[in-house]
Amino acid sequence: MKKYTYTEKKDTRSGFGAGLLEAGKKNPEVVALCADLVGSLKMDAFIKEFPERFFQIGIAEANMIGIAAGLTIGGKIPFTGTFANFSTGRVYDQIRQSVAYSDKNVKICASHAGLTLGEDGATHQILEDIGLMKMLPGMTVINPCDYNQTKAATIAIAEHHGPVYLRFGRPVIPVFTDPDQKFEIGKAWMVNEGTDVTIIATGHMVWKAIEAGEKLAEMGIDAEIINIHTIKPLDEAAVLKSVKKTGCVVTCEEHNKFGGLGESIARLLSTELPSPQEFVAVNDSFGESGTPDQLMTKYGLDSINIIEAAQKVIKRAKK
Amino acid sequence: MKHIKHRSIKELEDIAAQVRRDIVRMVHRCQSGHPGGSLGCADFFTALYFEVMNHSTDFTMDGKDEDLFFLSNGHISPVFYSVLARSGYFDISELATFRKLNSRLQGHPTTHEGLPGIRIASGSLGQGMSVAIGAALAKKLNKDHSVVYSLHGDGELQEGQNWEAIMYAPFNKVDNLISSVDYNGQQIDGPTEKVLSLENLQAKFEAFGWHVINSDGNDMDSIVKALHYAKSLLGKGKPILNLMSTQMGAGVDFMMGSHKWHGVAPNDEQLALALAQLPSTLKDY
Repeated sequence: MKKYTYTEKKDTRSGFGAGLLEAGKKNPEVVALCADLVGSLKMDAFIKEFPERFFQIGIAEANMIGIAAGLTIGGKIPFTGTFANFSTGRVYDQIRQSVAYSDKNVKICASHAGLTLGEDGATHQILEDIGLMKMLPGMTVINPCDYNQTKAATIAIAEHHGPVYLRFGRPVIPVFTDPDQKFEIGKAWMVNEGTDVTIIATGHMVWKAIEAGEKLAEMGIDAEIINIHTIKPLDEAAVLKSVKKTGCVVTCEEHNKFGGLGESIARLLSTELPSPQEFVAVNDSFGESGTPDQLMTKYGLDSINIIEAAQKVIKRAKK
Repeated sequence: MKHIKHRSIKELEDIAAQVRRDIVRMVHRCQSGHPGGSLGCADFFTALYFEVMNHSTDFTMDGKDEDLFFLSNGHISPVFYSVLARSGYFDISELATFRKLNSRLQGHPTTHEGLPGIRIASGSLGQGMSVAIGAALAKKLNKDHSVVYSLHGDGELQEGQNWEAIMYAPFNKVDNLISSVDYNGQQIDGPTEKVLSLENLQAKFEAFGWHVINSDGNDMDSIVKALHYAKSLLGKGKPILNLMSTQMGAGVDFMMGSHKWHGVAPNDEQLALALAQLPSTLKDY
């Protein structure tokens, strides 16, 4: 197992804030919009540097999506910022008609995704957003795994033409990816090469997959770990190549198992390479109040759950 | 390419009559679509595209240094398509494809099929004002002094997103925007005052900080004057709202003034009756 270490923990939303500032410096067409959550989205640095390129919309997410769509007409590259719940479910029809169907170059940037939003509870913890966004034709869906990857993804999506959903989170987590990485949309990252099982993880679950991989190695199980940061378009070649080698797969995501990354992998494998698969994901449930760690444990999203899923799926593959 | 060729009121009325012929013929041909609101707004569209707007038929999505128009109540697509074709965005023969398979003239306007003149999809109601505001903000950032226009149904104002946009625009001094409301008092299920009354729209917009003007949307002289007056009010810190009284079905007597022709196509006999009331001033497509 390849060794991954970290010296600090940071929130992915801060990676977004840093990436937004850099994207703004690189391209004067980059503008930002926020629906009364500037601090939570870490947009302060961008606003300080480019006050005339920032639009405070107020608590009016539908209007924010529409204004963002309009700003693209005139060549702007708008980044909208609010919580994942209010970035997707609340404004699905606005995104569908004014952004996706209209092919507008809007970057929908969503913080506080998933259970790790924590104490605010299920009203704010969306676990359906990947599904909602990936169903929209032409929508790119990205869920980066740490501060550095989120920063790099934010810069990369500014250079990509087309609507993007960028999903990140609230809690501080290990920073373990390369600070100078070049983010390639739609390209899987090989975290660890292995032969016994493919573990595919996205977002906050990637570090947990690494922890699981280390434990599995101690048990004599050689896990291949792949980070799918771009859920759509899916790097199908990377997934097929790995599963062809290992014969089984575990998918890990902080999302409902219905509609998430796991289903995208299952859709691919069912047609191309039918293989045993286990889902480490929320089992068709809403969340609740609690600390992020408590919630990840209660809803089965810890490294132990990945280990158990790997053991189970390997047994199924051997049958 | 960008110029405004000024026309007399009579010339504009003649164009509007042809636009109305186009509308009833398009809707009749595919036996679906929305003639009522389209007919009611024929004069407004004609005034906008043939007299008021500084626009180019060499279509670019960004529309830099030209006036832009956004249709929020997308179901009145027949009038939009007719006026775009008649002003030169695409050939009038394409009007015959309205609502047919593989057409660029979808039931509701869309950018998806690449029809020149369309910059946003609309049809799901209530979204157009936000988009128009965004385009107006982009123009300000680009130091582009042209104007953004939008049109909204009155019933459409029942959608909440409008009021987010109506609140946003004056507070943020979006004063390069002229929005018009097709104030015909009708919606699918009946008169707006019976379905969900809009009450005093002028007072509501004014309370939100808009400069409101009134016009008769079925009187060419009134609508042209109103839009020119609206332009003179731009750049003074307030968005402009043109509260435009119209009659659903205007120009075809048996369709006028009733919600019943909101989304119903005429049969052959009704088409003949309608066309008899509308002189063919330009060539039919």
